[in-house]
Amino acid sequence: MSILEIRNITRRFGDLRAVDDVSLSIEAGEFFTLLGPSGCGKTTLLRMIAGFDEPDAGELFLDGQPLAGIPPENRPVHTVFQSYALFPHMSVAQNIAFPLRMAGHDDGEIRRRLGEMLELVHLGDKARHFPHELSGGQKQRVALARGLINKPRLLLLDEPLGALDAKLREQMERELIVLQREVGITFVFVTHSQQEALALSHRIAVMNEGRVEQVDTPEQIYGYPQNRFVADFIGTINLLPVEVRGVAHGQLRLAASGLGEIIAPPAGGPTQPTTGQSGHFALRPEQVRLVGHAEVRDLHNHFNGTVRDYLYLGDVTVYKVALDNGVVIEALLANSTPGRAKFFEIGDPVGVGWRHDSGVFLHD
Amino acid sequence: MTRRPAGGATRWLVSLPPTLFLLAFFLAPALLMVLASFQHPGEFGGLAPWLIDGQFNLTLETYRFFFSDWIYAEVFLRSFLIASATTLLCLLLAYPLALTIARSSARQRDLLVLLVILPFASNFLIRIYAWIILLGPANLLYTPFAVIAGMVYVHLPFMILPLYTNLEKHDPALLEAAQDLGAGAWTRFWRVTFPLSLPGIWAGTALVFIPVLGMFAIPELLGGTGDILIGNLIKEQFLDNRDWPLGSTLSLLLTGAVLALAGLSLRAGRRRRREL
Repeated sequence: MSILEIRNITRRFGDLRAVDDVSLSIEAGEFFTLLGPSGCGKTTLLRMIAGFDEPDAGELFLDGQPLAGIPPENRPVHTVFQSYALFPHMSVAQNIAFPLRMAGHDDGEIRRRLGEMLELVHLGDKARHFPHELSGGQKQRVALARGLINKPRLLLLDEPLGALDAKLREQMERELIVLQREVGITFVFVTHSQQEALALSHRIAVMNEGRVEQVDTPEQIYGYPQNRFVADFIGTINLLPVEVRGVAHGQLRLAASGLGEIIAPPAGGPTQPTTGQSGHFALRPEQVRLVGHAEVRDLHNHFNGTVRDYLYLGDVTVYKVALDNGVVIEALLANSTPGRAKFFEIGDPVGVGWRHDSGVFLHD
Repeated sequence: MTRRPAGGATRWLVSLPPTLFLLAFFLAPALLMVLASFQHPGEFGGLAPWLIDGQFNLTLETYRFFFSDWIYAEVFLRSFLIASATTLLCLLLAYPLALTIARSSARQRDLLVLLVILPFASNFLIRIYAWIILLGPANLLYTPFAVIAGMVYVHLPFMILPLYTNLEKHDPALLEAAQDLGAGAWTRFWRVTFPLSLPGIWAGTALVFIPVLGMFAIPELLGGTGDILIGNLIKEQFLDNRDWPLGSTLSLLLTGAVLALAGLSLRAGRRRRREL
């Protein structure tokens, strides 16, 4: 049974539907992420789960019990705030022990659990320090420890990694994964960073303009986006205008005007495309292969193109290639061979190819 | 161009005028007062010279006088009691008001702060005379109540403003975090808002307590004969009794008592912080 049931939740601010008829079901022990651009309603939804806001329509159930009318202080749901919101006048130990004091645990119990928690987040030597004496990563860990110590049913995390620099963020991502696995508490994580969402989550709900566009595992979201928005928002993707020519043998045959036929895998969603339907063929840059001497004939999908531009990024080089029909696509080449950073020059004719099970058809 | 912190020379140059001003008009008179407290009074007021024919003409008379009569200690004690009561009442009245202003919308905030400082626009004495008109018919004039009421009325803005300045800076996310982690409204106030507002409380306390100690106009106009405070006593020595040395001594002892109190509360504050 799911731990949190979000049923047809709507929240309006004036004429704006910040959250528009959202239904989600979050499983116990899950690391669930709400992903979307700013203003997509993810934070509003999080605040309604925490109890700081009430929905205009729809219901929330935690362990099968309705949450309506229960104030935040009485919900077994804790939040890690974007700004951490550590109490500046309390030491690390006092901050972390705060929820236990509020719950009325006795001193012995508080000391025992505080010790365990400090150990878990590697802050044993910082117990008597004050928040202003800590680094960004340490503050982050105090906020996490404070949210986890009283074992809430849900831990809500509101863009908690936003304030950290890139290196530290990656380290905190690893720590978060380990921490969530160890404590076994259900995490609901809010972010606008697709990279964070992909790295951390068991499942992701991609949100846009108050609605949920797709709920799936990171692999499915990245590999098989169900619509244009998800495809565009997550990573970089090439979009080729196509028309469905036929469905056969578990494969889609697509016609790209001025180019020819593309063989694509069947759609992952519930509805299969029908012959004659128009849409886009979406393909990740790293799925595209480029070769100099038209040696891509072993692939089902192979075309000719010209290198227009490239961007050297160190580990990879991104090429922009114009296909024969004028559509420009991106291809990602790993710079795995030593010494030679780029394989093609601007203006080089190249063969462009990809596997028949790469990419996905998105109907308009 | 990058901004550099002001170099040593620039910093000195900029702080020179205020330093000279304070030396000339604050430190020098204070030192003169210390000297005056040991001098003899002049025949027609003022001070007798402290050096006659190469001989020091100084005395401990005023200090002996102060400690020989219980009445001065009583006035000191009463002054500290009135100042404490005024400060406490100001705090109790100002806190809810400052909190309300701090949590209003930005536009309302400016208007409310303006209303708090509006009384300063009219003359202090006129406002005290208004209290005479108010308290007279109620038979409350010339009582300790009238003195404290007048003191609280005059000094309330000095408590509201530092408190408001402090409370307005509080991060609302802290209260949300406390609530999220299980704290009810009362607990949120005592565990978060109140401890974080302590600097504002101390600033307001200093701004009210110290001026009230030296205030003479309000007890003179609103108080009875038994409500005389240190301020009145000092004023009397200079203007009525023409005993400048005693006036100086009383002033110095008052300053000393205030500094001692401030030192004690500072130490208590530090100890509290260490225990946290």
